[in-house]
Amino acid sequence: MSYSGIGVSPGIAVGPIRRVTRTQLSEPVPASPRSVFKALDAVATDLEKRAESVALEVARDVLSAQAMIARDPALVEAIGARLLDDIEYPDVRSQITEAFAGFKEALAALGGYFAERVADLEEISDRLLAMLSGQEYEDVKLSEPSVIVALDLTPADTASLDLNFARALVVEKGGPTSHTAIVARGLGIPAIVGCVGIMDVPEGQIIMVDGREGLVLTNPSDGEIEARNTREESLRARASSVVGPGRLSDRTPISLLANAGNAQDAISAATVGAEGIGLFRTELLFLDRNDEPSVDEQVELYRSVFEAMAGRRVVVRTLDAGSDKPVPFINAIHEENPALGVRGWRLTRTADNVLDRQLDAIAAASRAVNADIWVMAPMIDVPSEAAEFAHRARARGLRRVGVMVETPASAILADKVLAEVDFASLGTNDLTQYVMAADRLDSRLSDLTSTWHPAVLRTIKMAASGAEALGRPIGVCGEAAANPQLAAIMIGLGVSSLSMAPSALAEVRGFLAQVDRATCVRAAEQVLAVSSADEAEGIALDLFGS
Amino acid sequence: MPSQIAIVASTIGLHARPASLLVKIATSAGVPITMGRVGQKAVNAASMLSVLALGAKSGEELEVTVTDGPNAEQVLTQLVEIVTTDHDG
Repeated sequence: MSYSGIGVSPGIAVGPIRRVTRTQLSEPVPASPRSVFKALDAVATDLEKRAESVALEVARDVLSAQAMIARDPALVEAIGARLLDDIEYPDVRSQITEAFAGFKEALAALGGYFAERVADLEEISDRLLAMLSGQEYEDVKLSEPSVIVALDLTPADTASLDLNFARALVVEKGGPTSHTAIVARGLGIPAIVGCVGIMDVPEGQIIMVDGREGLVLTNPSDGEIEARNTREESLRARASSVVGPGRLSDRTPISLLANAGNAQDAISAATVGAEGIGLFRTELLFLDRNDEPSVDEQVELYRSVFEAMAGRRVVVRTLDAGSDKPVPFINAIHEENPALGVRGWRLTRTADNVLDRQLDAIAAASRAVNADIWVMAPMIDVPSEAAEFAHRARARGLRRVGVMVETPASAILADKVLAEVDFASLGTNDLTQYVMAADRLDSRLSDLTSTWHPAVLRTIKMAASGAEALGRPIGVCGEAAANPQLAAIMIGLGVSSLSMAPSALAEVRGFLAQVDRATCVRAAEQVLAVSSADEAEGIALDLFGS
Repeated sequence: MPSQIAIVASTIGLHARPASLLVKIATSAGVPITMGRVGQKAVNAASMLSVLALGAKSGEELEVTVTDGPNAEQVLTQLVEIVTTDHDG
């Protein structure tokens, strides 16, 4: 039998299942307000002690944050408001549950990371009731190497695991930012979340966990275990073995660039052998302030990045303020729909001088440095905007001028938009959210915001064809570039450079060194023909391996 | 009362790690400290749950207000620094 979920910490592990279950209290819990507060204090003290005794930093953070919640004055107040009389209540379960409920709802409504913190509140509530009813809140005790399987592991469960025996974690619930995922990556053991059905597998059953693929196999054969271990090892080795400029196995060059926001990022990019900066985000200087940074200040930051990349390419993106990155002195007006509002190059409509001064600063910083400076504007939608940007940049002596292609309009009209400029960079994150009309920050829509979706891939194909017809280079600077298989598809669609987080570079470089252009093109043709993101990803995995 | 606007720098927003640093300082400051979105109801900065429930995302503005006291300005500076540091970097 096999079960699949989301792999959140890579690695292969084999061992018997150790199921962790939590039973609900069925008996009434009598208590006075005084004893409730005493018990809450004891829960907090216990969590603080655990926090001190664990070595792993992320686990310590989890436990001390929980202790802080248990000592939260707002929580104490919410409980106190439900236990106003100084008497022995026959059963305090409903009052305590209600006191926690308000906070749980507030966090759940926020979605994503915050919603996953509801698990912290549930655990504290359970610990409090266990303490009041005189029950031991049982720890997960392991006596032999095991794979921990649970509906959901509480944060403290995960943080307190005995490392000598915990081989892997598999849970039915949870998401990529849950404690289970964070702690497992910190411990370096394989983990899978959202693995539906795993709780039906009996205690003691031997299973194999592949934390990279998100796959569980029951009763794996020796051959299967060996095959997966070998593959995992080769993936790790490949990530660390290939050096030098990016190229496919048939020696087709692919520029591998890094994303950066400051000189420090540029230095780490240079350390991992990036051929340049493919996306220099210039928001950094603007985001945390109420007034515009002076041209001199800007020149200083830009030059520090250019100097760190001496002899290489730096693609500077002009200010991408607005939407999820508002800048106080620019985005002062409340927008009903900021992702579709005045952002990126559109700021020339409301704060024209800011972008002119930024171009002045980029031009000034690019003089007297030995780097190849390219400049591009975000949120270019139509050819006239591209023409206007190119005009302003070239007037300042900036020679390589390009645009971000991140709206459906600019992708569809790429043959017209790119006629105005020298190059294009696909912002796959925003392009995906705009093509799919789904907010990429809303975790409820995460299945709709996959760049693997053929609707997105076809849009990218349109943009790449437009660029090819004009002989303009087109690259990718979104998260898609950091996913090796998806990066290979991008190459098959006609992309010639990839810019990603410095940490992702080695793996992508190693992966690309094993595939040839013809396979990338064939894979791209096939993924364009399917009707779902899952099918597209499946095809890529079949063709390229993983 | 000294107050200042700070922009959340952490990628995931004002999550448990920065929030716990804020709560630690706010708890030991000994004077009431509030934070919230400009023009909206501010919450007690010494309450972990209230700070988390703000759900402040990366790039959002928060106004931090410290009740007058001997070290008010210094405490304010520390709090603003935590909010404007990227704890996910």
